[in-house]
Amino acid sequence: MSEETALPPAFTEIAEDFHALGGRDRLQLLLEFSQSLPELPERYAEHPELLEPVPECQSPIFLITEVDGEGRGATARLFFSAPQEAPTTRGFAAILAEALDGRTVGEVLETPESVTGSLGLAEVVSPLRLNGMAGMLVRIKRQLAAKAGL
Amino acid sequence: MTIPADPSPALQEYAHPEKLVTTQWLEDHLGTDGLVVVESDEDVLLYETGHIPGAVKIDWHLDLNDPVTRDYVDGEGFARLMDASGITPETTVVLYGDKSNWWAAYALWVFALFGHADVRLLDGGRAAWQAEGRAMTTADAGRPTPTSGYPVIAREDAPLRAFREDVLTTLGGPLIDVRSPQEYSGERTHMPDYPQEGTIRGGHIPTARSVPWARAAAEDGRFRSRAELEAIYREELGFEAAEPTIVYCRIGERSAHTWFVLTHLLGFENVRNYDGSWTEWGNGVRLPIAVGTEPGEVPAR
Repeated sequence: MSEETALPPAFTEIAEDFHALGGRDRLQLLLEFSQSLPELPERYAEHPELLEPVPECQSPIFLITEVDGEGRGATARLFFSAPQEAPTTRGFAAILAEALDGRTVGEVLETPESVTGSLGLAEVVSPLRLNGMAGMLVRIKRQLAAKAGL
Repeated sequence: MTIPADPSPALQEYAHPEKLVTTQWLEDHLGTDGLVVVESDEDVLLYETGHIPGAVKIDWHLDLNDPVTRDYVDGEGFARLMDASGITPETTVVLYGDKSNWWAAYALWVFALFGHADVRLLDGGRAAWQAEGRAMTTADAGRPTPTSGYPVIAREDAPLRAFREDVLTTLGGPLIDVRSPQEYSGERTHMPDYPQEGTIRGGHIPTARSVPWARAAAEDGRFRSRAELEAIYREELGFEAAEPTIVYCRIGERSAHTWFVLTHLLGFENVRNYDGSWTEWGNGVRLPIAVGTEPGEVPAR
């Protein structure tokens, strides 16, 4: 089974976009993701202590989730905060936000951490740096499971 | 040396002032034949957000490490990287980067393993350049044209690089741990806010003295003055320039910064960077460690 067929639907389009590009353009796309990371909504911007740090990332990043509803069918919302000087980390967060924000909690929980290795990024950012994205996903899933009462 | 050294008075107090350039000197010399500016950062995308005009990027993960063996690239790999970066053996290379030049110093140390003749650091790095409002660009204009024929050089590790056996047999001699105090004492095995990189035990190499690398950097990212550096490494530690000295951290990157300080700013004659560092020593079979804030004793063998 190739890595492509194992991709959850939420990541298919993003993976295709990255794989369609060569090395330098792939980095450029990651940079565009990092620039598109939404600002924190006011209720969190004013209360950074509510966000959970992700120590697996080289640069500081904080995240928080919300669920709308209960159980696996609830809607997952994701929010991130990372400084502009950490574009790689911001790019990882923006990919997760685009793929998973607004999906059901069940879909997010079924996303394997290995998805981070299937996007074609290892060659351009190095596998060690990708550990940061997997670390974010683990924390997102744990928060969502608790908040959805699973 | 293809391009004369920066004559700025501020640099002349250091042992090897030709290893540093000031931001003003670099701005005045951008575009000079025989000069290549290289950015080397912790964040692999920072260069893409804007860099010094004409600078090329060298990334430690992707360009300097061998992908299979825990080692640096070999002579062929380094020659390929130099050719792609437009660097010949005669080129004056000026390195700069984020985090007080921490990664740029690491790259400089790898250049030194290959004996590249003229490689310098931009004092203050990326942050100083930006703080002074100097030009940054995302354009490729001014980047050097790739060259060919950089010689395949067999790396000469011995004078600059220490391995675990070297450390084990010289325990009790001048040895500096440049990690954070919490890593040194064993409270934690990774940098505050940084990833856990898989070290089983916390602590330090017995007899190592603790001097976190950032003590050598001022608030603005530039190196501290010669007098301030002498006060730390010679007076506080009592280390002598002629004595063989070893520095280490977690994987050898932060200690490359201290290696630069001791070798080029203070003129220590024999400093080696133990790049295996804590990720090797802390996990190593039959290797002794010390826990707590004291250096500890050489273990009986």
